[in-house]
Amino acid sequence: MAKARVLIRPKEGILDPQGKAVERALPALGFEGIGQVHVGRMVELEAEDPARLDELCEKLLANPLIEDYEIERL
Amino acid sequence: MRWGVLQFPGSCDERDALHACERTGAEARLVWHEERDLEGIDAVVVPGGFSYGDYLRAGAIARFSPAMEAVSEFAAAGGPVLGICNGFQVLCEAGLLPGALLLNESLRFTCRQLDLLEESSGQLSTPGYAQVTTRTLSIPGKHGEGRYWAPPEVLDALEANGRVAYRYAPGQNPNGSARDIAGVRNEAGNVLGLMPHPEHAVDPLTGSTDGLKVFQAVAGAQA
Repeated sequence: MAKARVLIRPKEGILDPQGKAVERALPALGFEGIGQVHVGRMVELEAEDPARLDELCEKLLANPLIEDYEIERL
Repeated sequence: MRWGVLQFPGSCDERDALHACERTGAEARLVWHEERDLEGIDAVVVPGGFSYGDYLRAGAIARFSPAMEAVSEFAAAGGPVLGICNGFQVLCEAGLLPGALLLNESLRFTCRQLDLLEESSGQLSTPGYAQVTTRTLSIPGKHGEGRYWAPPEVLDALEANGRVAYRYAPGQNPNGSARDIAGVRNEAGNVLGLMPHPEHAVDPLTGSTDGLKVFQAVAGAQA
């Protein structure tokens, strides 16, 4: 079994209100100078056939219309 | 006329949808998500709720259910399909409708009565933003992930081809949807998805019966 980690994030240019909300909360906590915050998801999995991971991401883990993904083999 | 109303684990509006179908004078039955037989069903509702807990993305997992496979075949054969709220999300995830529904711009769950502008379909519309509003419907909206999004060229094509079915009335867009779009239809015109809930507007007791018009419009929309 091959371990992999899939990072999924909102596509650039699509409004990411979660990222914005986090960004706006930071100064109140004393974290100045932080910008361009984007919130995504991470999926960890083990695959018998890692060659099919791309297909899996396209079909289920990410919605390619609105999200980019990155597969990291561990 | 008999409606089938899908029921996923996590659906919560399927009984109101069933009731709405019956109020149009039709018969209706629930279709469990593991069923794939739509024999005897003339139109389908994919109802609102939180199918499979909205895990991963709203509608992402429901789309792979046996019932949804059957609905895809049903829709391809011209059968009328109405997706409401989570059902709209499922239809977009399944590729039966274009675009996607994202988190509300406000990040808040919104629940309120809305005025929807119903737009004419294909033949009557002129290219661009100028589809003709045929009537205004008062229907409640309640969702946290209802911001309709599609690439600008897809939005242009939807508008040019009369595929925007409903828009939020000016100033009432509750979620930041692109171009105030509340509902869209597929190219053939037999699949309709919208975020607001027509099944909650079928009885004068709750303030509006305009929701029935949505069910009637879909029932008459065999491709």
